[in-house]
Amino acid sequence: MTTVVTAHGVTKRFGDVTALDDVSFALAEHTIYGLLGRNGAGKTTLMQILTGQAFASSGKVSVFDAPPVENPAVLSKVCFVRESQRYPHVYTVRHVFRTARRLFANWDDTFAHGLAADFQLPAGRLVRRLSRGMLSALGVTVGLAARAPLTFFDEPYLGLDPAARQLFYDRLLADYAEHPRTVVLSTHLIDEVSDLIERVLLIDRGRLLLDEDTDDLRGRAVAATGRAEAVDGFAAGRTELHRERLSGLVRSTILDGLGPHAKALAQELNVELEPLSLQQLVVRLTAPPTTTAPADREAAR
Amino acid sequence: MDDDRPIFLQIAELIENSIIDGSLVEEAQVPSTNELAAFHRINPATAAKGVNQLVSEGTLYKRRGIGMFVAGGARARLRERRRERFTEQYVEPLLAEARKLGIGHDELMKMIDSFGAAVGRDLG
Repeated sequence: MTTVVTAHGVTKRFGDVTALDDVSFALAEHTIYGLLGRNGAGKTTLMQILTGQAFASSGKVSVFDAPPVENPAVLSKVCFVRESQRYPHVYTVRHVFRTARRLFANWDDTFAHGLAADFQLPAGRLVRRLSRGMLSALGVTVGLAARAPLTFFDEPYLGLDPAARQLFYDRLLADYAEHPRTVVLSTHLIDEVSDLIERVLLIDRGRLLLDEDTDDLRGRAVAATGRAEAVDGFAAGRTELHRERLSGLVRSTILDGLGPHAKALAQELNVELEPLSLQQLVVRLTAPPTTTAPADREAAR
Repeated sequence: MDDDRPIFLQIAELIENSIIDGSLVEEAQVPSTNELAAFHRINPATAAKGVNQLVSEGTLYKRRGIGMFVAGGARARLRERRRERFTEQYVEPLLAEARKLGIGHDELMKMIDSFGAAVGRDLG
């Protein structure tokens, strides 16, 4: 498989804050990635470095086999869609498309205008007069119609209602099938994209926590519910991420909970097993350590 | 796609079900991976993985440049494989739950017969 991006030991410091801490990974061509993590985890900083808009403090980044910063040959193949995108004061939607046509070699004007119609984006409207949802629709439209071999969407959904988001996902899948490329989707709406993304990059406090196939993460963690002794018996020797209790009932979130004998053991102990969705798994892996978890308080009583 | 198993396995199973219930007959063309991806709203690579598994198992075969087709004898082979898994998938949990609730052999048999008759789906 051809590699499009490699990041090697990428670290970014702002003063004494370490935004990215020794991050290494590779992005393959023709793959949709989910870049996941909490606010402030370092997702946007990483995308800025990969698109040549920021320097890494240390480490090496290569995009299409070259450093991306001030490299027009590389950047013509890269599209970065972000919420805070600024346009000149006098720009209309049509101006944005015209500029995009010059920037992106694969730009498809017909596709762009079709998308604009689907999103009910008025082509003659001044960009500064667009609502938040329309601005997001404009970003999504540019990102799709650019057909850049490497496309980043940084939380493209802000202001988009569920119907418009579905439209985005459907158009992305359909166009990706016809024109495969590398897409990096940074999002908090994990449940909505978990069937779309082929691979997950999870960043937490500047560190890369997961770099895995989405399918391999399905069912990686389970919620085991039952009486406390039974759940203890099931959880023994496994990695417990979280524990909740309600009177005598305990729900424990367990990593790698589904081994070959797990189901038989659960049945024997009368423990109910429920697979965790990708979103729930990410929540559990990135939740801040709580000093006064309900379980601890109860245990202290 | 909604259970905990990998999506490519679910895609493979959906196609298998269509073959078993006769909606995809032998030598019929199966939907392309892009059609499967769009319909189920999943990544095309995942759909391709499911289809490829069926190809490697001999359920489907590839005609270069045309598409995927159901192999001859696929239905019989799939039925045989599903029958082998029937006990483990359905009978075992049924007996476990029956035992938990204290449902005896005769009562269970009667339940199966009368439920089948009530919904018009007795096994004959």
